Amino acid sequence: MLIKDGIPTAEDLASVCPSEERLAKGPIAITECFQNIACNPCTKACPQHAISMEPDINALPKVDPDKCIGCRVCVAKCPGLAIFVVDMTYSEEKALVTIPYEFLPVPAKEQMVTGLNRSGEELGSFKVNRVTSGGKTNMTWMITLEVPKNLAMEVRNIRVGV
Amino acid sequence: MIREVEVMVIGGGPAGLCAAQAAASAGAHVLLCERDGVPGGQLVKQTHKFFGSERQYAGDRGIFIGQRLVQEVRENPNIELLTDATVLGMYEDGVVTVLKDDRHLKFRPKKTIVSTGAAEKFLSFPNNDLPGIYGAGAVQTLMNVGGVKPADRVVMVGAGNIGLIVSYQMLQAGVDVVSVVEAAPNIGGFLVHAAKLRRAGVPIRTGWTVKEAYGEGKLEGVILCQLDEKWQQIPGTELDVPCDTLCLAVGLTPLAELCWQAGCHMEFIRELSGHVPVTDENLMTSVEGIYAAGDVSGIEEASSAMVEGRLAGYAVAVSLGYDTENSQKEVDAARKELSELRSGPMGGKIRAGLAKVAEKRGEAVC
Ligand SMILES: Cc1cc2nc3c(=O)[nH]c(=O)nc-3n(C[C@H](O)[C@H](O)[C@H](O)COP(=O)(O)OP(=O)(O)OC[C@H]3O[C@@H](n4cnc5c(N)ncnc54)[C@H](O)[C@@H]3O)c2cc1C
Ligand code: SF4
Ligand code: SF4
Repeated sequence: MLIKDGIPTAEDLASVCPSEERLAKGPIAITECFQNIACNPCTKACPQHAISMEPDINALPKVDPDKCIGCRVCVAKCPGLAIFVVDMTYSEEKALVTIPYEFLPVPAKEQMVTGLNRSGEELGSFKVNRVTSGGKTNMTWMITLEVPKNLAMEVRNIRVGV
Repeated sequence: MIREVEVMVIGGGPAGLCAAQAAASAGAHVLLCERDGVPGGQLVKQTHKFFGSERQYAGDRGIFIGQRLVQEVRENPNIELLTDATVLGMYEDGVVTVLKDDRHLKFRPKKTIVSTGAAEKFLSFPNNDLPGIYGAGAVQTLMNVGGVKPADRVVMVGAGNIGLIVSYQMLQAGVDVVSVVEAAPNIGGFLVHAAKLRRAGVPIRTGWTVKEAYGEGKLEGVILCQLDEKWQQIPGTELDVPCDTLCLAVGLTPLAELCWQAGCHMEFIRELSGHVPVTDENLMTSVEGIYAAGDVSGIEEASSAMVEGRLAGYAVAVSLGYDTENSQKEVDAARKELSELRSGPMGGKIRAGLAKVAEKRGEAVC
């Protein structure tokens, strides 16, 4: 349970997971942010105004599936590193998952890295599809991975090298 | 010689920097004393991105927030910043003494804002004096200010925000964080911080504590054990974890000695993490002209420390007659901002603490 060990439950995840229908349409942001904390940079970051928070700063963020275009801007902005972008339309077998990353070394495009789940367990070796810097002062990297579709909701971190 | 000053701010953390900036931008002359060589307080070692709203620079890394506040203060001609200047005493006749470059300086401020922040708590268990057992603040300073890798294999005690954040920063520095243990049944810090540690492979054990540490001349390992609902150690649950460092993040307590010395009405308020000066809605203590802002009046956050600093700074400006109309507006705006920051479930503890402060204030008046 999240509050005991830091691992969100299936129930937690179900509350933020977009519908199959929406996932089939293209990339979308998923906010794995389950606690009422005074925080709102995600709402300000989104150029599409797709993330809302009602009634105030302590509410949970909510992604509007019709407004979000999966541009990934919010991924680096979130101080909790709690936003991921999943694209189920990448290819027949593979999905793209974008995660925020703040460790060295930063992997290169095309490099194989170890994918980890929400408990830090290894899920396999995956190819880096894209690497984007969050900028000089933000300093969070956005790493996009190619993963089998059945792992798109599992892979949430990477380990680079051994 | 005693130098007269208009406003003295003690401590150059987020609260003090914002207090100085507020009072000075209304027109007051401010002397800001910081005991460290570099102003910024806790912010100088916070390499992670902060929470809160835009007004408190949320999403920016703490260290950059600090740099921005310091720069504003340095650019303000109404502020005189003294670094390496430790305030030693506040006396009944209004004199404040400062140690600077081995010299003992004396000032008589019209108004004083105390923003000295907090000190770390420690934990008692057998062998807790072994080299290799540190407070989280020391580890963070070594790592993020000194650029020194503080450990190879560490166990962190405390799953509040500090324990979680410092653990994450140690991972970033290449340290093997074996486990985070927390005596309480639940994680106290933000769950997004916990999740980010967990998915990097760090187990978080709630309901566990350190039974004892061991080692010949230096720390070689710790015995962890599980606690029952009454916080009693459960025999047979002992776990031997080899490590070279044990890091304690078991809370902070207000650094309020100067307020005691100045004769401020002090009360022990558990929710605010220790003895705090009883302040009014302008953050003035029971001693006329002495204000307290930031962690010194209750352990909270940098976001609220900044707003409290601003509130106290403008309240001082009002009392000195500087730009009173606008300053009063700023005071009101800061109050509103604070109540918004504290309105959520995570603010419950602070709200309860502040309600007790208000109660104590009422008692003192009658
Ligand atoms: C690991 C960690 C992570 C944190 N993360 C966050 C976060 O993500 N978001 C957030 O909002 N907050 C965070 N905080 C909390 C935040 O840093 C503090 O709440 C905030 O710094 C308090 O501000 P302050 O100005 O009251 O005190 P401080 O920052 O402690 O500053 C007090 C200053 O006073 C000086 N001083 C003390 N005594 C004297 C004296 N006698 N004479 C002269 N100077 C003196 C000290 O040297 C210090 O510079 C974190 C804290 C820690 C330790
Ligand atoms: S991915 Fe882009 S459009 Fe979607 S919520 Fe994030 S910032 Fe907005
Ligand atoms: S910015 Fe991140 S941590 Fe803050 S509310 Fe949004 S999703 Fe949650």
